[in-house]
Amino acid sequence: MKADTPVERLVNGIIKENPTFVLVLGMCPTLAVTTSAINGIGMGLTTTAILALSNLMISMLRNFIPDKVRIPAYIVVVASFVTIVQFLLEAYIPSLYASLGIYIPLIVVNCIILGRAEAYASKHKPVASLFDGIGMGLGFTLSITCIGAIRELIGAGQIFGFQLLPLADAANGVAGYEPITIFVLAPGAFFVLSALAAIQNKFKLGAAKRHIDPSEGCRCGEGCSACGNTACSGKKGDKA
Amino acid sequence: MKELLIILIGSALVNNVVLSQFLGLCPFFGVSKSINTAAGMGGAIIFVITLSSFVTSLIYEFILVPTNLEYLQTIVFILVIAALVQFVEMFLKKSMPSLYQSLGVYLPLITTNCAVLGVALLNVQESYNVLQGTVNGFATAVGFTLSIVLMASLREKIQYNDIPKSFQGFPIVLITAGLMAIAFFGFSGLI
Repeated sequence: MKADTPVERLVNGIIKENPTFVLVLGMCPTLAVTTSAINGIGMGLTTTAILALSNLMISMLRNFIPDKVRIPAYIVVVASFVTIVQFLLEAYIPSLYASLGIYIPLIVVNCIILGRAEAYASKHKPVASLFDGIGMGLGFTLSITCIGAIRELIGAGQIFGFQLLPLADAANGVAGYEPITIFVLAPGAFFVLSALAAIQNKFKLGAAKRHIDPSEGCRCGEGCSACGNTACSGKKGDKA
Repeated sequence: MKELLIILIGSALVNNVVLSQFLGLCPFFGVSKSINTAAGMGGAIIFVITLSSFVTSLIYEFILVPTNLEYLQTIVFILVIAALVQFVEMFLKKSMPSLYQSLGVYLPLITTNCAVLGVALLNVQESYNVLQGTVNGFATAVGFTLSIVLMASLREKIQYNDIPKSFQGFPIVLITAGLMAIAFFGFSGLI
């Protein structure tokens, strides 16, 4: 596929360089807001909007921002978009605003956004950067919605608030599903992500020779600012 | 005084910043490979979060509220934090080179640690005053240090264990964190 076309960027973001499972960026919202599938989708789309807009803006400004102050400049751009989106959510989708809470303003420090700004938008044309943002955002949305759905299913027997597994009712002697509540609580987030990462490792073991070992690869853990400073995302991203 | 003590215990143990609020996961997973580096990171975090929650509380209470600019809090806080980290780094380099040597590597990483911005925003959300905000920041950072040091000591032991191949690396660390989170539920009866 030709590099830097809109379609290539979308596929790249959703599958090839999926920010959650391949690049392992943006762990905090991934674990924090995935108590249900609907929260995952809300967070994902919010991040997508901000990522696309900030990528577009940073790409348009890339020839004006002096190299030395680029990180603060990016942060200001991202923070402005986050504030705008925060107000829009508060006004139009107050329920989502309430359930995401403090994690909306915290999108500012999401490594995916600064990582893409630094690794892609600062070097490519606006349209490609816009689609890079949308692709990355959709990849993020997809993964955290999956995690949210798994946690919701195991923890409450629901998906998107729809009761998929009929609950047991001990008082009336009705047999059914006993929800494992811990999966919607904090520890469940760690367990689900761990299982998904292990499955992914399993698939990757065969290809381990060609790729970097996923467990040792780029992780936001190497320091978010390292992502912002290309050390992380630059390594795998931006081959195009 | 009692109120401050409740904030202290609540933020450090009951609502542990990493294990129940999911803030600052990046350094928690990234810098927890050995106890020494984890303790170094913890020290740097305590220093920066306490200072930044003090400064952001001051700015919010005496600049943003009087001028009705509360909606700028996210932008202002992140810039203040970034500037503060830079300033602290320069100050330490100049006046306390030994401390700078031991924290050096970790300081720049802290700007994008979501725990720092998270505490500043939580202080506003809970409408803490400057003193309460500072105490909350300190307690949160102590909670972070506690969990990252515990995590590092567990990871040092895990290295010698026989772990299924696909669980090696990141997955087993996540499971450990999950078990720690369950253990921290035990503190919820404290308040």
